[in-house]
Amino acid sequence: MSDPVLDISNLSKSFGALRATDDVSLTLMPGEIHAIIGPNGAGKSTLIKQICGNLRSDAGRVHLMGRDVSSFSTQARANAGLARTFQISELAMEDSVLENVVLGAIGAEARPWRFWRKALDTPALVERADAALDRVGLQGARDVICANLSHGQRRQLEVAVALTLAPKAFVMDEPMAGLGAEGSKTLTGFLDSLRDEAPILLVEHDMDAVFALADRISVLVYGKIIATGTVDDIRSSAVVRDAYLGEEA
Amino acid sequence: MRLKETYLNAAVLLGLLAVPLFALVTDEPFTITLVTRAVILALAAVGLNIALGIGGLVSFGHAVFFGLGGYAMGILAHHAQTYTAMDFGAFSIAGTKVMPVIWVVAVTLCALVALLIGLLSLRTSGVYFIMITLAFGQMFFYFAISWAQYGGEDGLSIYVRNDFPGLNTLVPIQYFGICFVLLALALLLFHRLQNAPFGLALNAARQTAARVETVGLTPMHLKLVAFVISGVITGLAGALFADLNRFVSPSMFSWQLSGELIVLIIIGGVGRLMGPVIGACVFVALEHLLGGLTVYWHIYLGLILLSIVLFARGGVIGLLTGKEGAHV
Ligand SMILES: Nc1ncnc2c1ncn2[C@@H]1O[C@H](COP(=O)(O)OP(=O)(O)O)[C@@H](O)[C@H]1O
Ligand SMILES: [Mg+2]
Repeated sequence: MSDPVLDISNLSKSFGALRATDDVSLTLMPGEIHAIIGPNGAGKSTLIKQICGNLRSDAGRVHLMGRDVSSFSTQARANAGLARTFQISELAMEDSVLENVVLGAIGAEARPWRFWRKALDTPALVERADAALDRVGLQGARDVICANLSHGQRRQLEVAVALTLAPKAFVMDEPMAGLGAEGSKTLTGFLDSLRDEAPILLVEHDMDAVFALADRISVLVYGKIIATGTVDDIRSSAVVRDAYLGEEA
Repeated sequence: MRLKETYLNAAVLLGLLAVPLFALVTDEPFTITLVTRAVILALAAVGLNIALGIGGLVSFGHAVFFGLGGYAMGILAHHAQTYTAMDFGAFSIAGTKVMPVIWVVAVTLCALVALLIGLLSLRTSGVYFIMITLAFGQMFFYFAISWAQYGGEDGLSIYVRNDFPGLNTLVPIQYFGICFVLLALALLLFHRLQNAPFGLALNAARQTAARVETVGLTPMHLKLVAFVISGVITGLAGALFADLNRFVSPSMFSWQLSGELIVLIIIGGVGRLMGPVIGACVFVALEHLLGGLTVYWHIYLGLILLSIVLFARGGVIGLLTGKEGAHV
């Protein structure tokens, strides 16, 4: 077997007495979509923040492509190849859609120290940005101010910005959140095609999407991973059904 | 909409040129000096607009740079006119009356101080950033007051305006020309910078630091560089301002001045290319017209400011083009 792209070992984080994540270990293999499911408040977003460097872990390590990035800042992890999308859209709301993806392109080139030439007249930046917009189907909204986008379009733009980074791994926090059935289906199809480019660690509530996409699923409950396995393993697991799926089904 | 703002910008710049030329023909040198004052304040505010308008950094201490520029001019010219040298123990430096040399000194000094203040104050944000920059301003203000060697509270007077090679700076329209060209260059820089990758990233960092970090950029670095460029331009304006008045005093470091620069930008339009220019023109006109009628003219200024904040978020430019400005 090949080496994991993302190797998370023994991550823990407490908020006061609350153990938000508790000794979490998991791997993301090349070409794989690894879904993390779990009830609200299970610690999924906390785990993602720890992986992406937004929250300092109490314990544990994160390796990206075999490199220990545990002490890296969010920026450094992004530069090392980690692309995150947010559960609640984090976009420059006053800027146009194009400007938001061009920001990603500037970050990907790691060259913000250009003070003279217009960013939107710089072919390398705009081409990279347009390619990402094309792929998520936002080309039509290219010049719309972000604040005027629909909720679904903002979710698409989140993914488009991540695409501009050409990352080694995607880390997505509920990308389907708030999308209608149609929107979820489209995005599901898109993520399916994305795994060949870079594997995806996918936190998602939409079970149809998870079952359709995931190569492996980890179930997080009260900050602990109680099971990891294929879709069939998880569906048939009594532990999981008791702890989590039972509530939904 | 966009086009309308371009026309407005062109009209303002042309007006700024036309008024002193008209005053030249009608032989009203005072008007030329008044417009020069507006141009210099506009330059100072263009500098602040980079930090405040694009980067969202509400610096309540930009008088530090205005004052440093002023004192760089004052001290160098003072030593030149008294034929003394600045003694640094191991070495000494002669004064100078050559404007470009004074500007280089002012700009270098401001860059260093802005770097230092930026490094310390950018760890904070919001109200704390406002307070800490204000504190730096007060520090410099009281230092200048107590610096007896250079006039302390009374400031420093310069007998004749400094020299610019090939020009007679004592002729008001020629000095206006120098200031106008520098303002035009600063506006060009602001315009390019705002639309360049740096400006795009800085503008995004104002709106969402998390997004900027996630694409691999460091908001703190972007803001620090913006703060330095901003301080440098405001410092240059300070040197020009001192030369216009042939006088520099601690009041150039005052918090009132820092506040006025912010007010200029809000009046014109935050983050707008010509916001500081329009703001400075309105400000100087009010100061001149109302200041002649009543010593309480600041009250009227306050009322205007209040109505802009309440009813016209984009300042004068926003009012005229129907577009709101950046939210700080
Ligand atoms: N910054 C924080 N301070 C205190 N408690 C937090 C913080 N962030 C999250 N929590 C708590 O940690 C638990 C896990 O939250 P979260 O990771 O957002 O869960 P999920 O994304 O799985 O819904 C919740 O009980 C939440 O209230
Ligand atoms: Mg969450």
